[in-house]
Formats: sequence, C-alpha cells, structure tokens
Amino acid sequence: MTKLSLAEVEHIAQLARLELTAEEKARYSEQLSAILEHAARLQELDTSDIPPTSSVLPTRSVLRPDVARPGLTPDELLSNAPRAEQNQFRVPPILE
Amino acid sequence: MTDLTDLTVLDALQALRSGQVSSRELTQACLDRISRLEPAIRAFITLTPELALQQADEADRKLAAARRGSANFAPLLGLPLAVKDVLTVKGVRCTCGSRILENFVPPFNATVIERLLAAGVVVLGKTNMDEFAMGSSTENSAYGPTRNPWNLEHVPGGSSGGSAAAVAAHMAPAALGSDTGGSVRQPASYCGISGLKPTYGRFSRYGLVAYGSSLDTVGIFARTVADVAALFPVMAGMDPLDATSMDLPVPDTTLSASADLKGMRIGLPAEYFIDGMQPAVENLVRQAIETLHSLGAEIIPISLPHTEYALPVYYLIAPAEASANLARYDGIRFGFSQQEDEMWAIFRESRGGGFGQEVKRRIMLGTYALSAGYYDAYYGRAQKVRTLIKRDFEKAFESVDAVAAPVAPSSAFRLGEHTDDPIAMYLEDVFTLPANLAGVPGLAFPVGFDGSSMPVGMQLMGRHYREDQLFKIAHAYQQVTDWHRRSPQLA
Repeated sequence: MTKLSLAEVEHIAQLARLELTAEEKARYSEQLSAILEHAARLQELDTSDIPPTSSVLPTRSVLRPDVARPGLTPDELLSNAPRAEQNQFRVPPILE
Repeated sequence: MTDLTDLTVLDALQALRSGQVSSRELTQACLDRISRLEPAIRAFITLTPELALQQADEADRKLAAARRGSANFAPLLGLPLAVKDVLTVKGVRCTCGSRILENFVPPFNATVIERLLAAGVVVLGKTNMDEFAMGSSTENSAYGPTRNPWNLEHVPGGSSGGSAAAVAAHMAPAALGSDTGGSVRQPASYCGISGLKPTYGRFSRYGLVAYGSSLDTVGIFARTVADVAALFPVMAGMDPLDATSMDLPVPDTTLSASADLKGMRIGLPAEYFIDGMQPAVENLVRQAIETLHSLGAEIIPISLPHTEYALPVYYLIAPAEASANLARYDGIRFGFSQQEDEMWAIFRESRGGGFGQEVKRRIMLGTYALSAGYYDAYYGRAQKVRTLIKRDFEKAFESVDAVAAPVAPSSAFRLGEHTDDPIAMYLEDVFTLPANLAGVPGLAFPVGFDGSSMPVGMQLMGRHYREDQLFKIAHAYQQVTDWHRRSPQLA
C-alpha cells in the first residue's frame, strides 16, 4: 500500500468540498494511509462468488397511499437558514 | 421514600401511578441532581428544565385523571428521560456534538420522540456525544468531553457517552442513544449500566441525524434490563417516514420473575476472546457465562470466523455512508455558514470550519473509498466481506439462541489516552461492530468490576427481531446478581 500523497489528499478534499489547513493535509496523509493499510487485509479473502450487502433488510418496495399530508411551513423550513429572502434560501450568483 | 433519583424506571412508574410521587417532584429531583453533578460530569449539551417541568405538570394532570378512572395510564406517563443530541426534539437545539449545528433548532420531532412523548415522557435535556456519533469516548464533542461517573479521569465511552453517564450518575432513570458501531453498548459497559442496540429496522430512524444509514439504530439506556424492556415496545414499530422501519409485530417484553434459562442455548464465539484484551474483562465475562449456565442455559462453543474483518469493513462502509450523508451540510439551508461571495467557497469554508477533526477524517476516508478507481477495491470489497460477517451470524443462529461476548477489550480508558491515534480508538469497537454489520440486536449489561473499580459489561447478540430473548437472558442474570444495583459514589 502506497502512502497517500499530498496531491491525492488535496484531490479528495476537493471532492468532499472541505477546506483543509496545511497541517490537516499532512496529518490526514499519514492517518488515512495507516487506516487504508489496515483495510488492505480485506484483500486476503476470496470474495469472487460473494454478493455485496448494502442493507441487511430484504429488498422490497415500500409504498404508501398517495395522499396529501400536512408538512412543514415555509417559515419553519427557513427558520435555520443562514440567509433567506422571500421564502427562498439566498445564495451568491452562480452564473455571471 | 428513598432518594427519588435512585428509582428505576419500573419503580418510578409504579410510584407515579399510585400517586406516591408526582412527575414534578421526580423531574425536579433529576434537575436538582443534574445541577449538582453537571459541573464535574458534563453529561448534557442542552438542558430543558422549563420544558421538562411543563411536561411533568401535564403528566401529573393525566396521572390524576387516570387515577380517577377517566383515562388510561399512558405507558411511561411522567417518566423523566435524557435524549442524546442526535435525535430531534421540536424546538430544542440539536447540535449532534458539532459546531456546524451549534444553532440548529429542528422544527420537527424524531418519530421515537413523538412516540415517547405520546407515552408521557418528560424530556430533561440533550446529552453530549462524539461529533455526529463518530467516536468511542465522547472526547470528539465540540462542547468538551463527558466524564465517567465511576472515575472522573476516565471516559464514559462513546459516542453516546453523555446519555450513559447521565443514567449511571442517576441524573435520569433512562436515556436514548444511537448505535452505529457500538455507541450504546460500549458506553453502557464503561458506565456499568444496561444498553440496547435493537435490530436494524426495529425503531424508526426518522429524526435521527444520519451517520451510516445502513448501520444506524436508536438505542436505549437504563440501569436495569427490565427498565430497557419497558421503553422498548413504546419505541418499536413501522413508521411511514422511514422506509427501513419494519412492519412486524412487537414481541411481548414483559419479564417474569423467573430466572430459569432451561432450554436456552447460548453461543460463545472463540473470536471474541483475543490476545491483548484486559484479563479482568475476559474473567468477568467468563464468570457471567458460568452464571448463565448455572441458571440452566446450555453454553455452546461457536465460531464467527470473519470477526477480525469487521473493523476494516466498518471503517470503510461507515465513512463512505457518512461522506454522502454529511454532504447536506453546505452552509446554505441550515447550520454553520461561512459567508463568502462565491458558492463553492461557502461549501468549502463552512464545512472546513464547522466540522471537527474526526468527522473530517471520516469524510475524507469515505470519499476516497467511493472515488473513481478505488470503489471496487475498498467499498465494493467491504460490502462483500459484510456478507460473510452476516452469514457467520446466520449460521450461528441455526444452533444457538444468543451469542455472549465481551463488549469491549478493556474497561473505560483515561481521557486523552487514545486521542492521537485513530486506529487505537477504532480498536475499542472491535467487538461491537459485527452486530451493526449483520443488523442483529445487541444488549449490554454489567457483569462486575475490574481491579481499578471500573465497571465491565457483557453483550448478548440475538437473531433479527428477537430482542425479547436477549431481555429474558439478561433479566435472569440480573435476578441473581446485583452489579446493576451498584452506583458510583458522587459528592
């Protein structure tokens, strides 16, 4: 198992939308490498005929009657918004 | 009457129904004890004394009506309860132990809270936890660590450490937690109390802040197994708001006074007694198993051969699910927001500044495990090995009714002992992770004390939806032992 490079850490942080300090990047490069090395033990097992488990529950469709129910009001939904305006979440311009 | 905070759930309910004690008196006794002990223990993030007393007065009116015969007694009417800060209570701040949710006030109740409120509980407050339930010591809280009531230099375990400490310190007769990889069972063991992780699908997860959605369960803490069993049927059952909650009958969890375990077959897995575990833990667990044998249970040596792989499987699957679940914290709709002029900068800065170290570490790990080129080698492989772990349990339950094992390799460690080494911290979960990966129920309860007078617990794991069998076995044990009646000496 090769050690995660700083560039790889920066790439993952970009995918995860996380701003990291230089110190955090260095630390995660060490720690994530150690954890992934531990995880490499899973390669010992032959899993070629084993199906993956994504949930322990039996796969099934869960349906309910299509009936309108009371939900949260716009005021309730926006009550925790850092910036809201006219019943909407306010964000900076995305397209110039 | 004894100190009201010494009452078990069942004794409290009886005293409330008979009118021997009012919910206000009991609630005030809990609040007074919290005020006195909280500076040393720090079990709570948010206290709700006004809400609690208002709910207590309402409960007292309903108790009086029921005593007059004009209404039925709701099952938990007037019972004070502490709630892990990972479950939403409408109008009460829910931080999840994170700075990113410091000011988040949920406009809705979690379904389990809705059910418990309908059953008459009184909410004392929201308890401390590792941030987003990621941790094994409650040291990863943005609000400071909780202390173990048995020794303030030790951790209470985690991630539900605040709830476990509150119940152990008699601040509350019962509390809610969540268990994704052991976060109820391990702190129950470290604090000398009883704790249930139910079968995956048994309790609704609606209103439980998501960490690893295929593993997350809501759990229960109390000082006795009978008390845990008293809350269980109120919380169980299908919820249209959670498609993973199962529509199955809830078994009768009323416990008899009988301690007879004849006909019960209990498996002892060789893989849960490993080199490097604290000898006192192994000895106490083996003694407890001997006690179960003396009550008539048949003890059968079994093997769960893929146990050693549970740790790497869990620490790929849970972070992968977390990296997706925690994508919702974007600084736009709720939570901490670093205001920037540019959208991507709001995301990056709000998340970078709002999340703590362990959460960022797991988001990074999960993002990596799911990223292009690594998915099959890590996440895909982990899901396949999860199947092998699940099959181990299915095979075991062909020949036994329950599996008995230690909860953790050691008793509660000291604050700061593992904070610099994530893998050492993750190893604390080595015996609790398999039950989450297999979705089976697990029940932890105290079986003695080690040489440093710290409590040690044992867990029973059972078939899917057979919590009743675990309650029966552990309750029988508590009929003939008194570890669950020991309490820490607190000033």
